[in-house]
Formats: sequence, C-alpha cells, structure tokens
Amino acid sequence: MTLINVLIAGLVLGGTYALVAMGLTLQYGIARIMNLAYGETIIAAAFAAYLLQGALGVNPLLGMLLVLPGGFVFGYIVYGLMMRPLVARSQDRGNLEIDSILATFGLLFVIQGVMLVIFGSNYMSYSFLNVPVTILGANVAANRLLAFVLALTIGLTLYLLLTRTRWGTALRAVAVAPQNAPLVGIDVNRTARFAFALGGALAAAGGVVISMYQTFTATSGVVFTMKALIVVIMGGVGNLLGALSAGLILGLVETGVASYIDPGLTLAATYAIFLAILLWRPQGLFGGAGR
Amino acid sequence: MTIFGGRVRLSALGLIAGALTLGAAAHAGAQDRDSVKIGYAVSKTGANAGGAAITTIPNYQLWLDDVKKNGGLELPDGSKLPVEVIEYDDRSSAEEVVRAVERLATQDEVDFILPPWGTGFNLAVAPLFDRYGYPQLAVSSVTDKAPEFVKRWKRSFWFLGGGADYTDALADVLKTEIEAGTINDKVAMVSVADGFGIDLVTAARESFADAGIEVVYDKTYPVGTTDYSPMINEASSSGADTFVAFSYPPDTFALTQQAQIADYNPKVLYLGVGTGFPVYGKNNGENAEGIMSLGGIDPNNEQNQVYRKRHEDLTGQGPDYWGSVITYASLQMLQEAIKRVGLDREGVAEELASGTFETVLGETKLEDNQLRKLWWVGQWQNGVFAGLAPADRPGASKPVLPRKPWQKQ
Repeated sequence: MTLINVLIAGLVLGGTYALVAMGLTLQYGIARIMNLAYGETIIAAAFAAYLLQGALGVNPLLGMLLVLPGGFVFGYIVYGLMMRPLVARSQDRGNLEIDSILATFGLLFVIQGVMLVIFGSNYMSYSFLNVPVTILGANVAANRLLAFVLALTIGLTLYLLLTRTRWGTALRAVAVAPQNAPLVGIDVNRTARFAFALGGALAAAGGVVISMYQTFTATSGVVFTMKALIVVIMGGVGNLLGALSAGLILGLVETGVASYIDPGLTLAATYAIFLAILLWRPQGLFGGAGR
Repeated sequence: MTIFGGRVRLSALGLIAGALTLGAAAHAGAQDRDSVKIGYAVSKTGANAGGAAITTIPNYQLWLDDVKKNGGLELPDGSKLPVEVIEYDDRSSAEEVVRAVERLATQDEVDFILPPWGTGFNLAVAPLFDRYGYPQLAVSSVTDKAPEFVKRWKRSFWFLGGGADYTDALADVLKTEIEAGTINDKVAMVSVADGFGIDLVTAARESFADAGIEVVYDKTYPVGTTDYSPMINEASSSGADTFVAFSYPPDTFALTQQAQIADYNPKVLYLGVGTGFPVYGKNNGENAEGIMSLGGIDPNNEQNQVYRKRHEDLTGQGPDYWGSVITYASLQMLQEAIKRVGLDREGVAEELASGTFETVLGETKLEDNQLRKLWWVGQWQNGVFAGLAPADRPGASKPVLPRKPWQKQ
C-alpha cells in the first residue's frame, strides 16, 4: 500500500470517527451533560435509515432530512424532561456530571430495550453508495467518503458559527461560565438545551451515514459511545475542531499501523495515543484554547 | 412531569405483577406433573445477541410452537404434556449464563435445559449440565476437543464439529482446484482475534501445511475492526489466488463490501460466520455467487426446504445455512427421545447417544455423542448456499471456481 493510499484510507476512516464524536463534544462541552446514551441515539438513527431504505425505499440521504430533525427533537425532549431537573438541582459541574452519567446510563437501557423489542437483536445491514471513488489513485467507498465530507462540513460550519456569530458566542459563554452567563442576558437553560439537541441531530447524522456501510445491532451503541468519548477527550471537551482533528488522527494511526506494522495492533495503537495525549496534554489537543 | 412519573410507576407495578405471576406459575408446576418444564439461558442482549438471534432463538421458538401445536410433548404411554418455558437472558456474560443455568437446575427445577449460544458459553455451562444430570445438546459450538469432552461430560452432545474438520475440508477443495490448474497454491488469510477466529486459523495453518498450500499472508485483527482496506490491499498484492477470512458477521459483511471497493477479485473467496445468513445473499445478490464459507445445505433436500419455509413463516426471517437446521434437528431428537423413554434424563441421554432419529436432516445418528454428518464447506450457487464437502456425501454440489469478478452496481 503506498503512502498516499494509507493517508487517504486513514483520513476517510477518521472522518467517521470525527462525525460520531462531534455531537458528543457539543453535549458534553456546552450542555455539560455526559451522555452515555449517545451511541444509542446513533443506533436509533441507523435503524430509522434502515427502515426508510428497506421498507419505504427512501434514499438514506433524503432520509436524513427526516432523521436529523428527529434527532434534534429527541435531544430537545430528553434535555427538557430528564436533564433540566438535574441541572436545576446541581451545585457544581462535578455534581451534574455524576448525575447526568447515572441518568443517561439508565436512558441507554431504555432506548436499547425499545429497539430490542421492535427490531430484535439481529445484525442489520444494507448497502448504499458502496461504489468506488478514485482519489489520487486510491479507491475509497463513496459512503465512507460521504462521512468524511460531512464531518468536515459540519465541523467547520459549526466552528465558524461558534466563533463568528453572536449566537455562537452565547453558546461558548454557557460552556465556559454557566453561572455568569445570565449576567449578560443569556438564557442558560435555553442555550444548553439547544446545544444538547444539536448534539442529538449530529448523532443522528452519524447514525444514518454509518448505517450505509457498517453492520449494527440494537446493542452495539456502546461501541460508538466509547469511540466518541476517546475522540472527545483527545480533542478537548467541547472543542469541535479538536474532535475533528482527533478523529482524523485516530483514523490515520489505525490505518498506518494496520498497513505497516500489524492489523492486530490497531486497538493497542489507539489507546497508546490516547494515553500519550492524556499524559502530555490532559486538557486534550485543543483543550483550553479556542472555545 | 407527573404524567411521566405516573407511567414509570405503572410500568414498575406491571413488572412486579409479572414477576409474581411467573414465580407463582413456576411454583405450581413443581408440585404436580401437569406440564414439562423446559428452560434455557441465551444471549438476548450484548455482544452475542446477533448470533443467538439467528441460529438459536428462532429455532427454539419454532420447535416450542411445533410442540404446542402437537398438543404437548408426547410420553411413552401416548399421553401429552404441555411445555412450560422458562427463559433467561445471559446478557452475553459467561458468569450470567452459569448463574442462569444453575438457577434453572436448582430453583426452577426444570426437566430439560436447552443449551446457550456459542462455543465458549457451552463450555462454561458443561460442568453444570453434567453435575445436575442434564443432557447438553451443544449445537452452536465448534470445537476439536469434542471427543475429550464427551469422555469428561458423558451427557454432552456436540453437533457442529471441530475447526480442523472445516479447514481440512477447505484444504481438500483447494488442493483439487490447484491440481486442476484453476488456482495457484498461495493463500492469503485473515482472522478475528477471538474464539472462533483463533480456533479456525490455528487449525487452518496445519491443514494448509499438510496439503502443501503456501500461506503468504496471515494476520489477525481485533474484534470490532471496521476498516479492512489495509488487509485487502496487502492480500491483493500478495499474489495469492485464494483469500480466506475467519471472520464474525459484521466483519464478513464489511469485507465483502470493501473487497468490491478495492476491486479485489481472488479466484477463491472464503469468508467466515455471516456468509450463510439469508441477509447476506439478499444484500449481495449476484455478487454473493461463488463465495464460500462454513456449512451449507443440500439444495434438493425437500425436508430442509419445508423447514426453511416454516421457519420463515413463523419467525419472519429465514434460517441461516449453517447452524440453524442443526439446532432444529437437535430439538427434534430431544422430542423423539422423550417420546421413547419419558422424562428420565439419564434415559433420554442414553437414547440420544445410541438411537437413530428421523429429523429434518434425514436419518440422524450420533457417533460417540457427536454429529459427524455435516457440510464442512459450502458455496453460494444460484441464490442458495450449497454444501460442497464432503464431496462424496449424497446431495453434495460441485465447486464452481474461479468465482466471477464483482459485478459493477
């Protein structure tokens, strides 16, 4: 495998990781909710795309127009019903983190249970856009390339919105100092709720794209939560560009290790970098800056 | 908020009520014999759920439905007793499956216990089945050590052969093709770093060496790997005509898709678990043709066709082409053994070991507590996953090689 091949394959794989992680970084960084049910949201969206594609013959890309708002509404409702009371009674960030972990741990099983009842525990897979696209002599699958492009677009757009607009400034204010934000007229509850819902929409986008090329079951959500969590922590909590670059780095490392050393060492390599970054930059690659 | 809270409380009440009825029913059954209690623990959630949901659970459902329609389990005196089922979810945890089987034996005091899904889980519960005197019809477990296990646990029965059976047969098929000049004598091989993959690849290295087949690429990958392009590229440039993957279903599906992207066309493509799933044939259509794997069926066996139809009608999904029909046949054997000797577990075990049974597989007889009449290698041919080896078994199909290159979609 030539270097160019490895780089392109790695970036495309990393695009999936980044796409999956960006919603979590919004939810965790801005709404301050450590959402353990994040992966279940992804799987739910994957099932939705599967249903739309299989039963109704809807192109998953069009299906996204339905599933994305669905993810947003779901996040909005979950925040209002489950998270709002936790936020209201929490004294500090640490408290809220523990409460939200416990609450979303429960939510994880509720969503998973509902999916098991409806769809059973079978492997789900369908094939969409599984056609090769040649870039600089390397063949990549169109559906994976789509994930990569989507990750880049969403990541950069949201980054610009966050740093260049008034609305984005309010979001960042809530992330940095939720107790002081009301002093300048920001409705913290509404802003956090919006950020959480946006995270839900991003999870849904990830789910739809992933369902095009990855086999999933009703119980495979936790794998995505774990991967997303690693990327989020590596990139710096709440930092979109951090999540984007950390995701791409992971993809590059995994492909590089698989091509040049041994496919058996990909997991070990992932955790080795994770450890290295935690040791040298505990706040994450981009943590602390650029919020 | 009040509505939400109310609902939660309501459903909690429902749960408790359900648990109480279950407990009460279990209690009543233990006192007088008006039913036969059959229990099982199987992975309904967790990592093994996907496998159990295709090979094990639907066949338990189908068989229990058969028994119900039959008016119950028939006993030697011709009377019939309805079956009471106790089911536990082992949550894909080995500790949980052991605990559940122990509970079935000691607290629920069931008459028979059906086995869990998976090689590891069947081994985990084998000592318990033995200690409490239950016959164990271990179907979804591939192990070369079955002959030893049979000596250690006298009432254990092994239905799916061992790794070496499958890889020896594969090596035979390849050797014939090499001698015919269809393919070269080089193999590229990847395997998942987990139970099935490790067992099979270890056996395969020996089988290929014995057959004089050269393994030019041999790598393992961790469970949950999603990107196979580095391995496919390496295998592609290795010069091997044969690509073998001892893979789990998500890997099998991904390998198939990614080999198409890379336009990788080995003359022999052999993939692991999942190749024999009906969804595999459905998703890949024409492109599935010629792909080989473990298992298979005789496409002209009418009993099997009837079984496949009934399976689909009842459970809404087709059975897989490997373990499903064997699972169902093992239950038919259990039913027949009970009919012949009654509910005495010792007697049923003896009958299973020595009797001859008419099942969906045809006439079925165990040898040394093992089912040995199996399809070791199969291939997708005309939309059916047909058994190729052993080639001298009646109903065997001929290999169609080299497989055609991927069709552009």
